[in-house]
Amino acid sequence: MKIVTTIFAALLFFSLQAQNGYSVGDKATDFKLKNVDGSMVSLADFNESKGFVVIFTCNHCPYVIAYEDRIIELDKKYKKLGYPVIAINPNDETIVPGDSFEGMVKRANEKGFTFPYLRDKTQEIANAYGAQRTPHVYLLNKEGDDLVVRYIGTIDDNYKDASLVTKTYLSDAIDALLEGVNPDPDFTKAIGCSIKRKS
Amino acid sequence: MKKTLIIALLLATVSFTYSQDIPVYEFEGFEQFLNQEGDSLYLVNFWATWCVPCVKEMPALNKLAINYSNTRLSILLVSLDMPRQIDSRVKPFIEKYNLQSKVILLDDPDFNSWIDKVHEDWGGAIPATLIYSKRNRAFYEQSFDYEELENIVQIKLNEL
Repeated sequence: MKIVTTIFAALLFFSLQAQNGYSVGDKATDFKLKNVDGSMVSLADFNESKGFVVIFTCNHCPYVIAYEDRIIELDKKYKKLGYPVIAINPNDETIVPGDSFEGMVKRANEKGFTFPYLRDKTQEIANAYGAQRTPHVYLLNKEGDDLVVRYIGTIDDNYKDASLVTKTYLSDAIDALLEGVNPDPDFTKAIGCSIKRKS
Repeated sequence: MKKTLIIALLLATVSFTYSQDIPVYEFEGFEQFLNQEGDSLYLVNFWATWCVPCVKEMPALNKLAINYSNTRLSILLVSLDMPRQIDSRVKPFIEKYNLQSKVILLDDPDFNSWIDKVHEDWGGAIPATLIYSKRNRAFYEQSFDYEELENIVQIKLNEL
């Protein structure tokens, strides 16, 4: 009985861990995921970069669609400065068929994505990071041998209309890292589409 | 002074109303629905027509509205669809599912400024449901089936 309780407590602990994921200051894991061009992409492949803008995203979500052009612009601007965008789709395609790998290839081609768009089919990476919705941004900074999470949250304060944005949270955070300081704020919230997890 | 402010807020709310049937609020005008002080149990569900798990749980919410229509349960369905989709998506959805509860639309894109005011545990995913009374407040960032929802509501109604 005691063993059962212990196992149950351990399982509960791990499931809570999985759900909580990273906080700002945590070390982030690398991964090896399939890109829309068929290649396998790891963060370790980017020798020259200073960090990464990891964005959990998908094909179908209206908030994602509203942000796609802004994500392309962010990548164009910050890739040159050492912070490329890495987009990851973890959604279970049995729940939303449009979020399949084929759907990703189609969307990447339609929009002319300038960044890798990776399939996290097992959801292992979304679970490790604790991503809850799309789009959900994790800004990683290379510090020694580690990738340290320096900002978690949303892109800006107006998904509907880029011209009405007053707070550019994500680009402010990257600019802060480029200046050698930690972002403030380093955590924001937003409404997004829930990540469709396997049951 | 306070009265003037309230009237100004009400007027602001009215000017944000795009449709006769489904009022549209910015967060400031909407906040009253999170702090009602009557003797009811208030269930506030955040959803959208494009949100797959929200659509899936809607029949459970509607069944609850029908089965508990003579109780002190008050259900409010807060759509996060865009105002321009009221006629094309929200109204047809209400008709299709024959929704019995009041539907309003919350249109305030500065999410980070208000999510914590709904509940600090809310990460931002929908569906999300707030159930509160004068006695207590509970927040659920998840989908419900009918049974689970009814269990929670029954316990809380008994506590009133």
